[in-house]
Amino acid sequence: MFKKILIANRGEIALRVIRTCKEMGIKTVAVYSTADKESLHVKFADEAVCIGPPPSKDSYLNMVSIIAAAEITNADAIHPGYGFLSENAKFSEICRQNKIKFIGASPEMINQMGDKSNAKATMIAAGVPCVPGSVGLLDSVEQGLELAKEIGYPVIIKATAGGGGKGMRIIWKDEDFQGAWDSATHEATAAFGNGAMYMEKYIEEPRHIEIQIVGDAHGKACHLSERDCSVQRRHQKLVEETPSPFMTPELRELMGNAAVKAALSIEYEGVGTVEFLVDKHRNFYFMEMNTRIQVEHPITEEVINYDLIREQILVAAGVPISGKNYYPELHAIECRINAEDPFKNFTPSPGKITTLHTPGGHGIRVDSHVYSGYTIPPNYDSMVGKLITVAQTREEAIAKMLRALSEYVIEGVKTTIPFHIKLMQNEDFIAGNYTTKFMETWDYNNA
Amino acid sequence: MIHLQPKLKQQKMKLTEIQDLIKFVSKSGVNEVELETKEIKIVIRTGKQAAPVVYQNAPVQYAPAPTQVSPPEVSATVVTPVVNATEDSNYITVKSPMIGTFYRSAGPDKAPFVNVGDIIEIGKPVCIIEAMKLFNEIESEVKGKIVKILLDDATPVEYDQPLFLVDPS
Repeated sequence: MFKKILIANRGEIALRVIRTCKEMGIKTVAVYSTADKESLHVKFADEAVCIGPPPSKDSYLNMVSIIAAAEITNADAIHPGYGFLSENAKFSEICRQNKIKFIGASPEMINQMGDKSNAKATMIAAGVPCVPGSVGLLDSVEQGLELAKEIGYPVIIKATAGGGGKGMRIIWKDEDFQGAWDSATHEATAAFGNGAMYMEKYIEEPRHIEIQIVGDAHGKACHLSERDCSVQRRHQKLVEETPSPFMTPELRELMGNAAVKAALSIEYEGVGTVEFLVDKHRNFYFMEMNTRIQVEHPITEEVINYDLIREQILVAAGVPISGKNYYPELHAIECRINAEDPFKNFTPSPGKITTLHTPGGHGIRVDSHVYSGYTIPPNYDSMVGKLITVAQTREEAIAKMLRALSEYVIEGVKTTIPFHIKLMQNEDFIAGNYTTKFMETWDYNNA
Repeated sequence: MIHLQPKLKQQKMKLTEIQDLIKFVSKSGVNEVELETKEIKIVIRTGKQAAPVVYQNAPVQYAPAPTQVSPPEVSATVVTPVVNATEDSNYITVKSPMIGTFYRSAGPDKAPFVNVGDIIEIGKPVCIIEAMKLFNEIESEVKGKIVKILLDDATPVEYDQPLFLVDPS
């Protein structure tokens, strides 16, 4: 087992990892930029080293500084959290070269799943259902037009090196193809340095349902059921829940098995998430695979009663898994609380938290790194914390969330708490009747 | 020391207003002025040298750009190198520009780059900081005399950690 883990991250996930390490008797090293000097993860770790000035590229994304920090503190493993370097194949490789265990995927796996068109080809070969589309990259507009006729409009062209919604265009008819192609390739080249495109059938109003998987170093993999993350704004998740209100036991079996098949086909080690799009007929299609722990992992933890960070560390240390699948026994919902003004277009609102009171009570969990008097730096994401409720039924979980949100006091900055309060009272959300289009059509400013 | 608690209606102090304040304070013969508003706290100490000025803010107004800080009307940067307001109030602290291991010389049998008493110019290599087997020569950004070397050879060093005390006079 590792003696000392360096957490190459900040904010709530750094705190999350430190907590589990303490429980496991593993020493922790926090790294921080000068902007995070007063951060909780720095205060709670056994050791903390300053690695650079505020900009991420000079601190949390600075591979040399992070490895240097591991060297001078003698850490034998690095947990990259999510975001930052967690899916950076080069960093995973550098850790390997420096004999520091990267608690995440190998460089080969990251490369395989990171390239979208590559990942899709891998999944097709493994027999995992994918959105009908091009096999590999599109060579030309002519090829695209032919394929669109075959699979039927609407179609979407996507940048293979893409992410965050960039380099994508939906096409509804032949006449629009050339224009969309030119605009998408231009955007992709500018954003990622790679204008190569592939094409898929465009699934209208899909649900985003993902499956949590775990693979060990001995060839076994299992799934821990689904999370519904359809409530998104500009491809950023706002709320997640498990089980999905759209799920059936049959669909869960099919999707779970497909996700495990995907993991086994690449001999995946560690925790990961296979994301699917589900259409109104409950056809499901592989979208992408994330080779790291996800922000919304707590809802899975609450319904199956497992510490996923602990599992991640055990698997990285070579401990085998049982191979058993896990199913939700309760219902959990997570609201991401961000320092943003939801009624002014979600404008970020960094600054000092003058008063803080976190909710409590039965079935309430708060994963947060902020405290009264803490100043949220403007250099990083705006997440203040995650509020999770768990109950025996979905109805109760919503009631608990509404109650907990109304107790959650954060003064000094604007937060998305008032938005979530509205959401928990929204008819469609309560009925479980929402897709990824939900945030586009709901007039939450006037709700 | 005078404490000013003005009932300022406006939210922000402009840079010109602060410059005017500094001029006023230096002419007035007062030793130290502390000014605190909702947006900013300013401490001005006059002395034999030009007044070292320390700006501190608490909360700064930010424009809605998630990845960038739009500069507020008042300068928020602490002057670097930092002037220590202790009995070594004239000395400049040279801080580490990176994390790694601090070495005083280019090799185990080589002479140290600098010793106490040495006069250094801007650009003079003063030490090596090694990270991931890469040896980075650190060049001085100040000129003056080395008064104190704050770390032993081959010790770990963090970003911004004080390395040397330099007398700039």
